[in-house]
Amino acid sequence: MTIAPRKPPAQFALRLKRALGGKAGWNGLAAQLAFAAVLAWIAYEIVANARANLETQHIASGFGFLKYNAGFDVSQSLISYTNSDTYWRVFFVGLLNTLVVSVIGIFFATIIGFVVALCRLSPNWLLSRIGGIYVEAIRNLPLLFQILFWYLAVLAALPAPRQSISIFSTFFLNNRGLIVPRPISEPGLDPFLAMLAIGILAALGVRRYARQALFQRGQLIRIWPYVLGLVVGLPLIAMLIFGRPMTFEVPQLKGFNFAGGARIIPEFVALTVALSTYTAAFIAEIVRAGILSVHKGQMEAGSSLGLSRGTTLRLIVVPQAMRVIVPPLTNQYLNLTKNSSLAVGIGYPDLVSVFAGTAVSQTGQAIEIIAMTMGVYLLLSLTTSAIMSIYGWRINRSLGT
Amino acid sequence: MQRPRTTLKGLPMKRVSLALTLVAATALSVQGVSAQTLKTVQDRGMLSCGVSQGLPGFSSPDDKGNWTGLDVDVCRALAAAVLNDPSKIKFVPLSAKDRFTALQSGEIDVLSRNTTWTVSRDTSLGANFTGVTYYDGQGFMVKKSLKVNSALELNSASVCVQTGTTTEQNLADFFKGNNMKYEVIAFGTIDEAVKAYESGRCDVFTDDASGLYASRLKLANPADHVVLPEIISKEPLGPMVRHGDDQWFDIVKWTLFAMVNAEELGVTQKNVDEMLKSDKPEMKRVLGTDGNLGEQLGLTKDWVVRIVKAVGNYGEAFERNVGTGSPLGIARGINNLWNKGGIQYAPPIR
Repeated sequence: MTIAPRKPPAQFALRLKRALGGKAGWNGLAAQLAFAAVLAWIAYEIVANARANLETQHIASGFGFLKYNAGFDVSQSLISYTNSDTYWRVFFVGLLNTLVVSVIGIFFATIIGFVVALCRLSPNWLLSRIGGIYVEAIRNLPLLFQILFWYLAVLAALPAPRQSISIFSTFFLNNRGLIVPRPISEPGLDPFLAMLAIGILAALGVRRYARQALFQRGQLIRIWPYVLGLVVGLPLIAMLIFGRPMTFEVPQLKGFNFAGGARIIPEFVALTVALSTYTAAFIAEIVRAGILSVHKGQMEAGSSLGLSRGTTLRLIVVPQAMRVIVPPLTNQYLNLTKNSSLAVGIGYPDLVSVFAGTAVSQTGQAIEIIAMTMGVYLLLSLTTSAIMSIYGWRINRSLGT
Repeated sequence: MQRPRTTLKGLPMKRVSLALTLVAATALSVQGVSAQTLKTVQDRGMLSCGVSQGLPGFSSPDDKGNWTGLDVDVCRALAAAVLNDPSKIKFVPLSAKDRFTALQSGEIDVLSRNTTWTVSRDTSLGANFTGVTYYDGQGFMVKKSLKVNSALELNSASVCVQTGTTTEQNLADFFKGNNMKYEVIAFGTIDEAVKAYESGRCDVFTDDASGLYASRLKLANPADHVVLPEIISKEPLGPMVRHGDDQWFDIVKWTLFAMVNAEELGVTQKNVDEMLKSDKPEMKRVLGTDGNLGEQLGLTKDWVVRIVKAVGNYGEAFERNVGTGSPLGIARGINNLWNKGGIQYAPPIR
């Protein structure tokens, strides 16, 4: 089976030009313009009509509400937020909460998905069955059930704050979440971070040099001792000279809960686990399809060169499979992002819950808020698509197709 | 290949579809939602009434699927007055955040769903409150084992709450005003919030006091939980109609007033037929044996008789649904009539 190569984005301009004029030449262009004008007119009518109707029904409209105080609290916020902040800030709090769940979810879903796919393809009977059972069990159960399951299962398994599971008296686990020491920056932080950055850059340089040596002279250089020295050693030296980069505020049990420290709330954990395990089942099938689409002669060629199965997969099969994997993988990333709106069921404060939920009912401005929320999801989806398109295009280019 | 997201309770889709209904209704209709609600309801032969998703005592379905409760009785009274049949109602269960959209879009004719009357809701939602069916206030419920006696001891507590209500703002105000810290976890429906509270995610569950008593009935061991004495807000709960239809507004408003007036006059479900023979002028006016007050509303002369026959007077409806005789066992308190120590007061029917 051959797969048509994805066209690089640069050709879009060309295609647009062709589409505008088309075979009908200028007549085609005129028809296109007329059609666009009709669409614009319809859009204008809809907006104007909505405004007029809102006015006659005395429903508040406009975006003025964004600068008013929201007056309610949110359980998790990546930026500082209090109940005297504005709805505009609530919007960003919700957006960031959605983003963090999506990004972390996508990260774990991809890893779990690849691992499960490799399990399913493994010649080991047990591993392949486990992979198969995982995929069939997870993808055939409704996602909302899984989210509720993880949430209630996680909650049920954890003790109340006063009976917290304590790990070295610094980490605490209870049904309010995982409480960890909060880092507080000290004067030594800046040199520490600077040395860390230098170390990472230098390590990348070493890797580049080693690869060149390998490809050009066939010389194999063992780089890990150098990398370790640069990434760990340099910051250590900075620490010895400038003192500790940070201290940790250890959480203390006080009243109903722990004071101090940072906390990962169980809603976040349940949602991330549910989203990533669920999406991973689909990703596993996509990856399996991608790997199977690579001719088995490639695998045999790898073996005959004396490469191990893992190395053959990593260096030969997976890079070729990626161009089949990437487009449907994008779909799964988009699904995960959109599915994160199920958060409201377990009280995770994502965009839909705090903005399209609480803010709507407090202001009553459903049209504006729903439009903004839809706009955000559209933007997130288009951005993800664009990144994946570029990635897919680079893969195709590197494969020379 | 990917399953749709409407699997359980259809929550997100419902919300989105409601919002889209509103967008479509406001964007595409030429006149907006019809102003002639009375005619629409009578032509349809069915009243569409927005209620809660299950709040015992106010609006909840029983094991046979019949809706009962104080808010439900307001709808039944309305259906009796308008359609002469208290059973011709389509009940639309709505979550707190969907309720106004459902009213705005015309999906329901009246919203009778323990909704707090506030100035912003009365003005910016394109809707009007018609009266107060129940004077309530926000309270807190905690587990007895926490040994908390006052809401002022709740510093650093985690609080479960239903999103889309006035509750979240009151909560923020109360904790801020008393210089206490807290964590709020807001859930889409009241059942989810109660379940999280029961599972120990929160120390406190907060809602209108009536709602706390109602939710406590649903817990595994109601006796293990206690409602704290503090009432931190005023929550006058009442029905809502769309703005711009004065006739319908009057009918819904006076349906509740008729129930209160009937109690004041001593007209009950049992004695209403007897009372029809009364020659007291006030009684004759109210029951329609004299004058045409009902017709002025766009109904029939015997509208009050229909209402009382269907659901009884206000006091009867209160006792049956939430009062000391019901599982909720709430005392009349400030919901008693104005001349019996409460603040329930209806303008006279004359």
